[in-house]
Amino acid sequence: MAVVEVRELVKTFDHGKVRAIDGVDLATERGEYLVLLGPSGCGKTTLLRTIAGLERPTTGQVWIDGFDVTGLPPRARRIAMVFQSYALYPHKSVHANIVFPLRAARVAQAEREQKARWAAELLDIVPLLDRKPRQLSGGERQRVALARALVREPAVFLLDEPLSNLDAKLRATARDELKRFQQEVGTTTIYVTHDQAEAMGLGDRIAVLSAGRVRQVGPPVEVYDDPADTFVATFIGSPPMNLVPRDGLLVGFRPEHLLPAEAIPTGDRVRLKLAVDRMEYLSGDRHLYGRISGIGQETRVVARLPATVTAPISAGEGYDFVVPRDRLRFFDASTGQRAEPVPL
Amino acid sequence: MSAGANPAAPTAIRPPEAPVTPVPAAPRRRLADREGALAWIFLMPSVAYIIVLVAVPFVLAIGFAFSDVTAGDPSFDWVGLRNFRRAFDDPVFWQSLTNTVVFTGVSMVLIVLLGKVLANILMADFRGKWVVRFLVLLPWTTPVALSSVAWLWMLDSIFSPIDWVLRELSLLGQEGALFGDASNMYWLGKPGLAMTSVIAVHVWRITPLAAVIMMAGLVAIPRDLEEAAQVDGAGYWRRMFEVTIPMVLPVAAVAALFGVVFTFTDIAVVDVLTRGGPNNSTQVLTSWAFFRGIEGGDIGQGAATALFMFPILLAAAVAILRAVRRMEVR
Repeated sequence: MAVVEVRELVKTFDHGKVRAIDGVDLATERGEYLVLLGPSGCGKTTLLRTIAGLERPTTGQVWIDGFDVTGLPPRARRIAMVFQSYALYPHKSVHANIVFPLRAARVAQAEREQKARWAAELLDIVPLLDRKPRQLSGGERQRVALARALVREPAVFLLDEPLSNLDAKLRATARDELKRFQQEVGTTTIYVTHDQAEAMGLGDRIAVLSAGRVRQVGPPVEVYDDPADTFVATFIGSPPMNLVPRDGLLVGFRPEHLLPAEAIPTGDRVRLKLAVDRMEYLSGDRHLYGRISGIGQETRVVARLPATVTAPISAGEGYDFVVPRDRLRFFDASTGQRAEPVPL
Repeated sequence: MSAGANPAAPTAIRPPEAPVTPVPAAPRRRLADREGALAWIFLMPSVAYIIVLVAVPFVLAIGFAFSDVTAGDPSFDWVGLRNFRRAFDDPVFWQSLTNTVVFTGVSMVLIVLLGKVLANILMADFRGKWVVRFLVLLPWTTPVALSSVAWLWMLDSIFSPIDWVLRELSLLGQEGALFGDASNMYWLGKPGLAMTSVIAVHVWRITPLAAVIMMAGLVAIPRDLEEAAQVDGAGYWRRMFEVTIPMVLPVAAVAALFGVVFTFTDIAVVDVLTRGGPNNSTQVLTSWAFFRGIEGGDIGQGAATALFMFPILLAAAVAILRAVRRMEVR
């Protein structure tokens, strides 16, 4: 059974002028980590806030744990949310922050203490219990916010870009902590981010959103390897998928699959010519920028050569490149949707 | 440049034929660059203002309080603490002090409570909110003399519209009516009612200011916190008492400080409405000092009475500022 399910959800602002969520159907499986990924303004945060009950949907329904909670306030939804700012109560100690939801639920004192201790131990913040939020580092604040969410024993965790306030160095360890925490607790989690690395690293499944609609839902591998349309193909992956126009179609392939001919000597390959005009050397990989010809219209593309490919390449020259045939993806040029493969 | 090219190839920093720019005049420091001088220039007007209109009268008041200066005999003779002794011997002084404390205390409680309510109204989003905002801020923007005169009529002993409304509602002027069978309330004529009226008018006047200050405090609370409390399951009252009020407390304390100072030193409402009457029941320290010192001509007495307010206000200001500081530090 789905823990959280939204049905035909629509949310408009400004009397229908802005459609922040434009008909979304989405369901989580029990215990899964679902990531809502999309560029800013795609409606992912609005979707999360609607699930939390902080926004009222214009039409459609929200179901949590088998109940229609569409009209219910947040407190009646058995959810816990971690905000982008963590929203710790600055005038309360860490301990008072953690027990706040329990006091709101009128849990008895002894049980409150026991649960607070359990959460604090799980998140390794016992020494911080007497401090005020302002005395904590960014990573510690995240753990306090998680502890406050955890003590409610919610049906679902809702996380709204919890890593975006941390500096880049902390982010990797905080991401790792988030994942381990969820695996330990096993609670269904919906996680909003615009960072594809976070989405890929954390998500059991990723829902890619754009302009208030879900473009594709699937495991990271599927979203990356089999994008449903050109938006997903170019939004995910850095550098994004190359798209070459050909007879009303777009032929797509990932930069790492465009390799010098001698690097893939066997197999079913599509041959093409790459005129390299610029090269970047990025953490061991070589990124080649150039114009490609041979499979369709001449187009600017990027090739990513791993460190293991040592073929000498220099800018201003043309080379024979290949793409394995099973790595080609085809899209309709007018709709952007996936299309049937055609022989090249 | 490509990776194939020689990376050591020299790069021209400047084209060889670059035109020679004319040598500019030697750099000079202008007045606008001299921060020390600017500080003095900008500070002087306010320093002069404070010296002339605050420091000099304050020193004069201290001097007068220890002298026998009167309107009829302005010569200065040192009399020590005689003025204070005489002021303390006068029961009206003590009644004024009590009245001032009651006036300030009751007004402050009402101003802070109503200020919070009005701040919520000012922040709320609804149709026609600008009309309500205008009405809320109106008492504050009306000159005191004008509004107090309007209140004088509202509370008139014979023509009071309030009395008329009460009579029409059969709450006044009939056998067994809630407010008695007299035809009028005589708002300013009975001791308890007079004090109530003075407090009501003062609260009406200061509350909009308190509301605006409170609103500034409420707006500064991140919306996340309110929403986090909602998700955490807290109801309206718990959110109010455990999140909103603690967060707004430093600002509310500042509003209260201003309120205490404004109320403790206020003379306008009392002077226009009751002139301290009836029978000194609304006499406050400021009005008493004014009536003794200026109207009664005993400047030494008036100065001593007025000076008595200074340590009390200083203590209140220090106490509130320290409370604010403590809240910020933690």
